[in-house]
Amino acid sequence: MSTTTDTPVAAAVDATARARDLLGVSRLTNQALTTWLHGLPGVDQVGCEARAAALATRSIKTTSKQWAIDLAISMIDLTTLEGADTPGRVRGLAAKALLPDPSDHSTPRPAAVCVYGDMVATAKEALGASGVKVAAVATAFPSGRASMAVKLADTRDAVRAGADEIDMVIDRGAFLSGDYLTVFNQIAEVKKACGDARLKVIMETGELVTYDNVRRASWLSMLAGGDFIKTSTGKIQPAATLPVTLIMLEAVRDWRDLTGEMVGVKPAGGIKTSKDALRFLVTVNEVAGEDWLSNQWFRFGASSLLNDLLLQRQRMTTGAYSGASYIADDSPSTAY
Amino acid sequence: MSRVDVKKTYKLYIGGKFPRSESGRSYEVYAAPSGRARAGATPRFLANAAQGSRKDARDAVTAARAAQPGWASATAYNRGQVLYRVAEVMESRRPQLVQEVRDAEGLTAAAAEAVVSQAIDRWVWYAGWSDKYVQVLGGLNPVAGPYFNISASEPTGVVAVLAPQASSLLGLVSVIAPAIVSGNTVVVVTSADRPLPAITLAECLATSDVPGGVVNIISGRAGEIAPWLASHRDVNAIDLAGAAGAEGVDWAALEEASADNLKRVVRPAGTGAEAVEPDWTETPDLSRLTAFLETKTVWHPKGR
Repeated sequence: MSTTTDTPVAAAVDATARARDLLGVSRLTNQALTTWLHGLPGVDQVGCEARAAALATRSIKTTSKQWAIDLAISMIDLTTLEGADTPGRVRGLAAKALLPDPSDHSTPRPAAVCVYGDMVATAKEALGASGVKVAAVATAFPSGRASMAVKLADTRDAVRAGADEIDMVIDRGAFLSGDYLTVFNQIAEVKKACGDARLKVIMETGELVTYDNVRRASWLSMLAGGDFIKTSTGKIQPAATLPVTLIMLEAVRDWRDLTGEMVGVKPAGGIKTSKDALRFLVTVNEVAGEDWLSNQWFRFGASSLLNDLLLQRQRMTTGAYSGASYIADDSPSTAY
Repeated sequence: MSRVDVKKTYKLYIGGKFPRSESGRSYEVYAAPSGRARAGATPRFLANAAQGSRKDARDAVTAARAAQPGWASATAYNRGQVLYRVAEVMESRRPQLVQEVRDAEGLTAAAAEAVVSQAIDRWVWYAGWSDKYVQVLGGLNPVAGPYFNISASEPTGVVAVLAPQASSLLGLVSVIAPAIVSGNTVVVVTSADRPLPAITLAECLATSDVPGGVVNIISGRAGEIAPWLASHRDVNAIDLAGAAGAEGVDWAALEEASADNLKRVVRPAGTGAEAVEPDWTETPDLSRLTAFLETKTVWHPKGR
């Protein structure tokens, strides 16, 4: 469960041509996209939140919990996205990804280390051929306010430095003003610039205002060729909530029914405890299905979550409650 | 028309808040038979207390750990003032404390008054040590070289405390105050049958200036909670005073579990496996304070 396999690159599908086919139009216009996206069924807000709350009450115990904790660890994109990131901090994080718990070598490794583009080379060098991927945020993360040329250069730069995965942000301004075609084109172009790297599309759901918009943004991102849809940058509150993730899981499930292709989901930001992580896994299983219960198709964007999962894991293996002193410090430059 | 009784159901004290037990349990607390009560008389119901679980203890340790650096970095003078303020609040709640000690321990009014007075005095006594014990215990060590060699006491961290089973207030104060005066934070398991004075002490702490999480009080059975605190790897020391007379507590097993992460252990009084509760009315020495200290020794070159 701890390694990821490379997804077969979807033979450079021309996103626009495919979108034309799916929408049944001869020319992909903003009008056509608007009609299609606004034709999606609306989200029942109360029902969605009630279902998320009901799923959050499931109790996962003993061996199931052990299995779920290991699965959750293997799904983490261990993230540091700070202005104060140093090569030392990135190397520290990479070391933690390679050996999450020095006291227990059976601990699975996280799926990836997620850094800013200029730290990709450092992360890549530290991780080597371990199988832990390097994900880079690109396209003027986190605001996405830059010209398309800059966004593409940002992406190519990260890919050239060896990034296995690119986390892009959509232009929320364009999306909210109804300019879906711009958002579509930007995603499709960044996808081309990614080459073999998998593309995660950050929708920043905390800025999308309504659940209907979350559903539309999910479909738009998948239509434009995103390999993953991701909730948030982690810089805006609220970030990854359970109802929003539930809506996205419904979208990827329905997308597979429509096209036969699987798209991954990545909630990011605000998931701090093992209990939270387990709730997300329950939701994945119940909404999208077992096929998504692997780090190929589901990820957690998190930094402190790993520590809590490790504490829980130690508690279950040793039988005694553990503490922060028994967790490797991944940020030696900061006070603990 | 007679008034309907207001039956109290108390809660725990964790991180400066008063949560219910995560287990949802509570238990009934009865008054101890006093001098005039006939044998076989129905015990008098006092209140319901929350019955803490291992997960409450875990949450309390998390709260204590979070509060510890801030409490330890407060100046000694400030810690002394904060603790003195607790004594003030206890003083203003004196009638309530006297009644609760009376009910819990079956004492006469005069005896309960004396116990509460001594408990408040004991708190003040320990508060006074806050800016003095480092001078008494530390100092300049003689070395054969051009260096200063200085030893100073530091708090050990998070201390788990099994509060005495019999002495519900004086004993409680005598185990909490020496642990926190030096900058430790504590997780206290109350006397199982006499938790009410501890709960009132929690209310005193909550309305004084003691930061949330410095003292966490869990009412319930030591036999259930103590093993989890003894084996908890984020607890730095454990005071087993309350093992004496507690149901289902094997203090030697607790000491053994504590060895796993080299916890400092304060054994209960008594010899061998026989744990007895000490006489809390005796004037204390500094042993309970020093039990939860680490000594930091610093070398510093001497100038010319």
